[in-house]
Amino acid sequence: MKLLEYQAKEVLASLGIPIPPGRVARNPEEAAQACAELGPVAVKAQVPVGGRGKAGGIKLAKSPDEARQAAAQIIGMDIKGFKVPLVYCETALDIEREVYLGFTVDRDARANILMLSSKGGMDIEQVAHESPESIARLHPNPWRGPLDFELNQLAFEAGLGELARPLMSLIKKLYRAIPELDAVTAEINPLVITKKGEIIAGDAKLETDENSAWRHREIEARYGSVLEGDPYEVEAKKRDLTYVSLDGDIGIIGNGAGLCMSTLDLVQRAGGHAANFCDIGGGAKAEVVENALAVILMNPRVKGVLMNVFGGITRGDEVARGLVTARDNLNMRLPLVVRMSGTNEEEGREILKVNGIEPGASAWEAAQKIVELTRARV
Amino acid sequence: MSILLDASTRVIVQGITGREGTFHTGQMLEMGTKVVGGTSPGKGGTTQLGVPVFNTVAEAVKATGANASGIFVPPPFAADAIMEAAAGGVSLIVCITEGIPIQEMIKVKDYLRGYPAARLVGANCPGLITPGVGKIGIIPQRITSSGPVGLVSRSGTLTYEVASALTAAGLGQSTIVGIGGDPVMGLTFKDVVELFEKDPATTHLVVIGEIGGSDEEHAAEVLARGTRLKTVAFVSGRTAPEGKRMGHAGAIISGNRGTAKSKEEAFRNAGVAVAETTDQIVGLLR
Repeated sequence: MKLLEYQAKEVLASLGIPIPPGRVARNPEEAAQACAELGPVAVKAQVPVGGRGKAGGIKLAKSPDEARQAAAQIIGMDIKGFKVPLVYCETALDIEREVYLGFTVDRDARANILMLSSKGGMDIEQVAHESPESIARLHPNPWRGPLDFELNQLAFEAGLGELARPLMSLIKKLYRAIPELDAVTAEINPLVITKKGEIIAGDAKLETDENSAWRHREIEARYGSVLEGDPYEVEAKKRDLTYVSLDGDIGIIGNGAGLCMSTLDLVQRAGGHAANFCDIGGGAKAEVVENALAVILMNPRVKGVLMNVFGGITRGDEVARGLVTARDNLNMRLPLVVRMSGTNEEEGREILKVNGIEPGASAWEAAQKIVELTRARV
Repeated sequence: MSILLDASTRVIVQGITGREGTFHTGQMLEMGTKVVGGTSPGKGGTTQLGVPVFNTVAEAVKATGANASGIFVPPPFAADAIMEAAAGGVSLIVCITEGIPIQEMIKVKDYLRGYPAARLVGANCPGLITPGVGKIGIIPQRITSSGPVGLVSRSGTLTYEVASALTAAGLGQSTIVGIGGDPVMGLTFKDVVELFEKDPATTHLVVIGEIGGSDEEHAAEVLARGTRLKTVAFVSGRTAPEGKRMGHAGAIISGNRGTAKSKEEAFRNAGVAVAETTDQIVGLLR
């Protein structure tokens, strides 16, 4: 789960990392109050994507009136597909210099990688591209975490030797997010060194591992509902489906992630556009199929549905019967094309045909068929 | 011949008394796999499907001489099960479990450095099968046949789809390996391609990749150095958007990294034929 800035900062503060004074504001009035308490503030849109400054999601406010106005403009704004649910009002820092500190999973090394750079405040991917030597890197041992001398070395390599001691202690605190929260990415960019010499997190990103959600229920409970997600994705999650919304008009159901992804590709190749990714996993049980269809049909853009099921052990006739029942229960009238294979697939196809569902012989043929049928409906 | 699994492979199943463990142990036995034991703490001394059950891997290995293990335990216990298998002396560890926390897999990878003889396949994978000989995992035997094609894939059902097309076309397989859809896993494409390269029974190779990470690119680098295997690659997720996890934890494009385009280009640059749909694979392989 990707946390919003104020949530990530709350977590950092709980790990002992200094953050600037700030308040969450859910409406313009709360923003005005925050400014009255804190003095001049930056009013920042809370969205889980970068580039909000450029999108007009950050405004400076010197007075409560300005803060009220800024919040009124920012709350509800759309930034890269996310509706801004609230703003974070934060006091500005007296900046001496800015550095970059973060960790993420280095997939190639199959390890966590800690990164420190004197070039803070910029997009780290761009820094990595333009001056890779300015980023110092460390792969800490996952069992014991980074050692003092390793962090000392990291600071000197990054050209931040004079800050080695305070950085060492701060990085250790940040690293606790791995064992304690199952964080997979954390970034403090910029990490600000103030004119008074304090080290404070200027911005914060934090992402936790979805595979570990079962042992961190408190994170989901505290932060999960703030962001108004895509309504279909929210509904799919309630029904335990692996579902991603896309912007086309053909609903897709597949069993297995790879098969489902390749089905999206086939639809595009046939000239259509998929409305979603939906993996129903192995087995293709009637109840799961019905859930998947129900979520897909919630989307008014959907003009037809393609289902691609490869049954290794799954029985085709059972899948077909379940599908017919699901369609009837949902009173579905849109075109439905089904490609399925597995044991008893012939029998399954017969059941589909008798019930007015188009069986496709191959995935490619089925993709072409659904594109044709949905075009005919325009 | 084959890779990883042959007639001398003696398998134990960790989690043999669970629903999945029991069902798939039955399937493995049915095709003639030498399943010599299983583990389930507290149930040592009993039998499951006629197979002796032990409390620990160490006991099972000592009593049965097992050299391979299939893991069917739930996600909170799976990382520990992998390490138990390695410490118990198992040299081929196949973990089917989906949903192991990434930080635990990072620890597992570090732990396995102490057991250089142990090879891990997965997790979050369908396992592997050497048609006509045996399997560890859940790949249906019915869709496979024995022959010269090596098949390696990150996906489950897509692997079945391709195996089934190969079988229908009379192109049998030496070994099929599902390496899994997680971002941090055991054997990579590169590792498996190198094993197929050394296997005299394998003359053809199919690589089924997907978006995310750069393991396909690393395999392409190996193939670019020259291979005797006639190779076809396929990458799913051409139309996947950036930043969205497409089912598999590892199937995510971050920024401009991990795209299908980059992977297809890497394969083409290595002189490998790239199939644009799975239907094209058989034709390109011939």
